[in-house]
Formats: sequence, C-alpha cells, structure tokens
Amino acid sequence: MAAPCVFCGAAGFYRFFLGSRVPLAQRQGIWKAAAAAELQTGTRSQIVRLKHVTVVTTKKNVAASRHETYTADFIKKQLEEFNIGKRHLANMMGEDPETFTQEDIDRAVVYLFPSGLFEKRARPVMKHPDHIFPKQRAIQWGEDGRPFHFLFYTGKQSYYSLMHEAYGKLLDIEKRQNQLQAEGLDLEKTKTKDLIGSRWLIKEELEEMLVEKLSDQDYAQFIRLLERFSTLRCGAAEEEFVQRFRKSITIQSKKQLIEPLQYDDQGMAFSTSEGKRKSAKAEVVVYERGNGKIKVNGVDYLLYFPVTQDREQLMFPFHFLDRLGKHDMNCTVSGGGRSAQAGAIRLATAKALCSFVTEDEVEWMRQAGLLTTDPRVRERKKPGQEGARRKFTWKKR
Amino acid sequence: MRERSGTPNLHESVGTMLKGMARLISRVHKLDRGRFLHTGTRIPQSIAGHLDNQAPVESPRAISRTSESDPVKHGEQQEGQHYNIPHQDLKTVFPHGLPPRFLMQVKTFSEACLMVRKPALELLQYLKNTNFAHPAVRYILYGEKGTGKTLSLCHVVHFCAKQDWLILHIPDALRWVKNCRDLLQSTHNKQRLDQPLEASTWLKNFKTSNERFLSQIKVQEKYVWNKRESTEKGSPLGEVVEQGITRVRNATDAVGIVLKELKRQSSSGLFHVLVAVDGVNALWGRTTLRREDKSVIAPEELALIHNLRKMVKNDWNGGAIVLTLSQTGSLFKPRTAYLPQELLGKEGFDALDPFIPILVSNYSPKEFESCIQYYLENNWLQHEKAPTEEGRKELLFLSNANPGQLERLCAYL
Repeated sequence: MAAPCVFCGAAGFYRFFLGSRVPLAQRQGIWKAAAAAELQTGTRSQIVRLKHVTVVTTKKNVAASRHETYTADFIKKQLEEFNIGKRHLANMMGEDPETFTQEDIDRAVVYLFPSGLFEKRARPVMKHPDHIFPKQRAIQWGEDGRPFHFLFYTGKQSYYSLMHEAYGKLLDIEKRQNQLQAEGLDLEKTKTKDLIGSRWLIKEELEEMLVEKLSDQDYAQFIRLLERFSTLRCGAAEEEFVQRFRKSITIQSKKQLIEPLQYDDQGMAFSTSEGKRKSAKAEVVVYERGNGKIKVNGVDYLLYFPVTQDREQLMFPFHFLDRLGKHDMNCTVSGGGRSAQAGAIRLATAKALCSFVTEDEVEWMRQAGLLTTDPRVRERKKPGQEGARRKFTWKKR
Repeated sequence: MRERSGTPNLHESVGTMLKGMARLISRVHKLDRGRFLHTGTRIPQSIAGHLDNQAPVESPRAISRTSESDPVKHGEQQEGQHYNIPHQDLKTVFPHGLPPRFLMQVKTFSEACLMVRKPALELLQYLKNTNFAHPAVRYILYGEKGTGKTLSLCHVVHFCAKQDWLILHIPDALRWVKNCRDLLQSTHNKQRLDQPLEASTWLKNFKTSNERFLSQIKVQEKYVWNKRESTEKGSPLGEVVEQGITRVRNATDAVGIVLKELKRQSSSGLFHVLVAVDGVNALWGRTTLRREDKSVIAPEELALIHNLRKMVKNDWNGGAIVLTLSQTGSLFKPRTAYLPQELLGKEGFDALDPFIPILVSNYSPKEFESCIQYYLENNWLQHEKAPTEEGRKELLFLSNANPGQLERLCAYL
C-alpha cells in the first residue's frame, strides 16, 4: 500500500512544481492525488497518464479560470472529494480519520511533499473548498427569469438589504424608546464597553461577507448607520447584530513576556534574557543592585567595544529607564559583527530589564522600539545582478 | 527623556556674566579660583541662591584645582586635583615630553594642568625616599590603554626637574623602531645601524631641558669623531651634544657617549639622573625596519636601542629609572595586552626583572568628578546636559571612567 501511495505523492509533487500561479491547478491536483489513491485499481502508468492529461488542460485555461463560475454541484463534489481525501490521508499517516483536524492535514502534507519553495503560497496545500474557491453567488433568478430578491434591480442587492434591515432595527429601537419614555421607565445604560477592544470590519472584509463589490461611500454610509446603534439603548438581538460587524483586536503590548526574577546564592535578584540581531546572539544577566559594571564575554565592555557607537547602544536601555549606574551586567555574545553584537545585547538588556520595571515602563520601552527584534537581515544576492540591488553596469552597446 | 525645565534666559545671562567675571578674576586670585568658579557652574536652580550669598561655600563636590604648582609639595590632599604647570617649566622641562593630544589641550586652554593621581603620588613617595647609594630602582607604570601612564610619567619628570635632577626623557621609544627614513651603518660598530634624524632631534631636546648640567659635567675620555674632529678629555658634555647636533652623521654616537658618561658619573653624587622612557617595550620587541635587502632588523642592531638598553640596566647608582609600557604604538602585539609580561616578552621581562610595577587604572569617582569639573570650568563642555547629573552618568557610562576615552568623548561636546 505504501509504494503506490508514495508514487502518487511523487507524481502529484511534479504537478505542484509545474503549477502556475493559479492556485486552482495545484489544489485540484492534490485532490486528484488523494482521489487516485482511492482508486488503487489502475496500474501506475494509467494513473500517471491521467495526471498528465489534467495538467495540460488546466494549464491551457489559465486565463479563463479567473472568471470561472463554480456551480453548486461542483463545490459539493469538491467537498466530498476533500472529505474522502482527508480520510485517506489520515489512513496513510496512521491516524484516526475521525479526529483528523486541519492542522494535522497541514502537517501531513508538509511531511509528504517537502517543498523547497520560499513563497508559502506556492507550496502544496490541502484545504476545505470554502477556503480555496472564492465565494460566488448562486444564480439570482429562477427559471422564468424573475429574480428571487426584491432588491435585485438595485444592482447591490445584499448591501441594500443589509442597510434596510439595519435601519428597520433602528426604527424599532426608537419606537421602543419612545414607548418607554412615554411610560416613564428610563433606565440608563452605557454602551461603550462593546466598542473597546474591537474594530469595525474593513471594506474588504465586508465585501467578502456580502459577496458583492462596494464603493467607499457605501461602506462609509453603512458604518455611520451602525454607529447610530451605539447612541441608543438596544436589546440583546440588536447587539448581536452589531457585533457581527465588529472584530476584536488584542492589544499588542499584552503579548510581551516578562521574565520572572531569579535569586542567586547571596540573595541578589537577577534576570536573564536573550536577544538577536542579524546573525548575532546574545544572552544577558542583569543584576538588581550594582555599580554599572558590564562584562562582555568576560572582558570589560570598554575593551570589547572600542567604538563609542556600540557603547551608546549598550547605554540606551539603561538611559531610557534612568537606571544608568544601578545595575551590573554579565553578557555572552557570539556571531555577527560588532554592530550586530551591540544590537543583540541591547535587545537582551531591554528584555531583561522588563522584570525590574513597571508595566507602564515596559509599554514605553515597546513604543521606543527597544523590545522589538530587528527583522532586517542581509538580502540575498540575485542572479543577473551584482549584488542584492546593484545591477551590472549598463552598456549601451 | 524627562528634562528639567529651568529658566533658560536667566541661566544664560547669569551664567555668561559669572563666567566672564570668573575669567577676569582667575588671573588675579589663584586661591579663591576653585571655589568661585565652581559655584558659577552649578545647575540653573541654584544660581539665584548663589548670587545672594557670595561667601565661599564648601561645595560637596570635589574642587578640581589646587594652587600648588610645585610637584614637590604634592601630597594626599591634592589627590584628584589639577595643578598648573607654569609656562617656563613647559618649555624647559617638556620640550618633547608631552603626548600630542595633551599638547592640543594645552594650546586650547592656554594652560597646562595635570591631574594629581595616586600612582604618581606613590612614585613621588618612592623617589623622595630613594637611597642613592643603592643601584637605581626601576619602576614600571603599566595599565590599560588610555589610563594615564604617559601623563603620570610627565608628572614625575616635572617633580625631578624641580628637584634639580638631570632628566633623560625619551618621550616615545617606539618612534625609534618604526618608520625611520634613513639608516646608516654605524661608524663605531660595523654591525649596528644609526638613526641620525631621531638622534639629533633628541639631542636638541635634551639640550633644552638640561642646559645647566651640560657645562658642569666633564667628559672623561677622548672621543675621536673623524679625521678632523675630536673631543678632548675633560671638555664639557655640552660639546659632545653640540657635535651631535651639528654633525648629524655622528648624532647616534653622541647619544651613546652621553648615556655612557652619565651612567659613569652619576654615582659620583654631584647630580642625580632620572631615566624616563615611555614605551619601553620597544626595546625588546620587533621593529618594522628593514635593510635594503629586505631583511628584518632586530632591535639590538640599532645603536640607539642598544645604548638605551644599557642605560636601563640597573648596574649604576645615583638615580632612578621610571619606565612606561605602551600598547598603542607597539608592534605586533594584540590590542588587549597590557601586562608587563605580555608587552615586554620574555627577553624584556628578564632584562628588567627586579622592578616595581605600578598599576595605573581608570579614574575613581572622585577623579572623574574632578575631571568633568575642570572641563566645565574651561567651558569645554558646551552641551546643555553636560553639567547635569544625567549628563555625568552618561559620560561615565560611555567612557567607563577611562581618561583617554573621556577626553575623546568630551572633544565632541
């Protein structure tokens, strides 16, 4: 069982390699691989021939496939194939088909089809059809040519129906409010807590939801309408309606890990952390009480970094927190050059100092950029150019 | 980050006024100088207070200057303070002794101030208690780069000059082992090589610093320079020096003769000899000089070095030998080497073996404060944050209390 499957995998792999930028071809291909495993009856050569046929056809229709409409039947068939393929994959990997999640699928695919491609989107992928095929509308009119939706002839039926619905709800709320005011039961309720920590959907997300193109003015109008809800008192149903169009955002700074303090033999508190910059790695131990002495790889920092610029980098975290002569530090650093090593130590120091300092100051450090690893690395040299960006000298003839 | 908001206009006007007054008064009243100037450069908030009470207040920070300009009287009290070297002394005692950066500072401030530091005080103590009957004691000043070895040596030289010793000051022995243009084969000894230019410059400076001795000391041998010129026995040393200066070809030999005579006659007791060599690790290292056939020259083959080695040996009495190691100009030695063993090598260490090592280290907090105070008094630090506590802490961190680094940092401020 293993041999044909592996070969299928290998044959399928070629397709991914040949596959153009259109994801369709690849996705279809891998399902074919899964489906072919299901066959198991045909000989290897037959399977191979089948594969090549599909490759040729999909490659020819590259331009057309962008506007290709997928019928509901087609999507259903893809879904069936996906599920069956998922079960087969689970079988191949020796796992339980019932509890095979999407992460397991991803891991299995990465294991079976190791790809050396840098672009993540070009690698083999096996996902639910909804993630792969863009959502498309079903046919909007019946056999007699009469459209289903009453707002079809506006052109943007889902948008206008949504606006209509929202406005209807607003009117309901106002009516209810007026009734309550007339009866004299006025209850104060603030709504601000719903709006903190979340944001409105952006235009692209709304378009995706409605499966319809919107213009900027439409979007702005819709958001303005929704914001009117926050001024009024609404019931649970209306709140749920509004929450459908809000997305929560986690505050960035809460992700900062604060190292716990450790205590050594004499009872002095110290904190360790690591930092990286380009290819330099540094590990730093900051002691709570000290004179301001710093040792790098066992050598005094004045001797290790003769250049003033590097020492300024070391000084930055302490100077920012106004703790210039108060901590002792011991660092080990390796790799990179002198500037990269200085930057790595700086990052590690800032992270270590987080544990001695209040949360506010941690936030200030993050905003100052002390706690961010510098993502810049050396850019690769490209063929046909002399360096990463520099082109060869242009000669007119 | 958090700046103290003073009253800038008031500070500027008052500050300039005070500084102007201070400049005028400093020429007249030496004694009050330290205190008055010091109160003038305090942080802005306290200026109003000080304007009111003009009575000199003993400030908690160290006073950076002392009025004792005679190194003979320097003691523990003046530790960390700067003393002024009078201009005449500068010309006579230090024609070639001071390092170039210090000379630039002297020119800028139009005064030469050296800080009195512990290693120098220790050395002065030893020198005051030298027993001239015993062989000359060797003292080696060693330390990290930029800690002040050369200036300590200059302090000692000034002291000995004031005490009327004969000073044999070689400012940088490393200059004799590299970048020499012309090497001549020595007339005296065929295997050795002469360095006429270096020798003649050194003789000129030696003459300026030791004028009065040159007529006193008499040569005890007859020296024949060439067919026509010779120096008779009993003629003053000055003649030998003149000969070396005028006839550049014989300059190296003249130097050799001077050293030999001084060594011989120092035990007589008429005068004391101080041999001060900066960068003594040049004598036992390697050279970058090559002969015409591209073969490397060893230090022994240079006549100047050979004679100097004989001088630095402690087989004479009636003086002292103070030496400094220097990594800065040294050849083929790693940057982090500063111990005598590393810089002198085995040969040099054995040759200098019974010596007293004196470690020169970075500034202590008191000395650092004093140095910053001195710069502030001379208006050298123009940055607004320089006189504040934060500024001092920054400077302390960046220079790690290393005098050389601090001086280079402050140059930009």
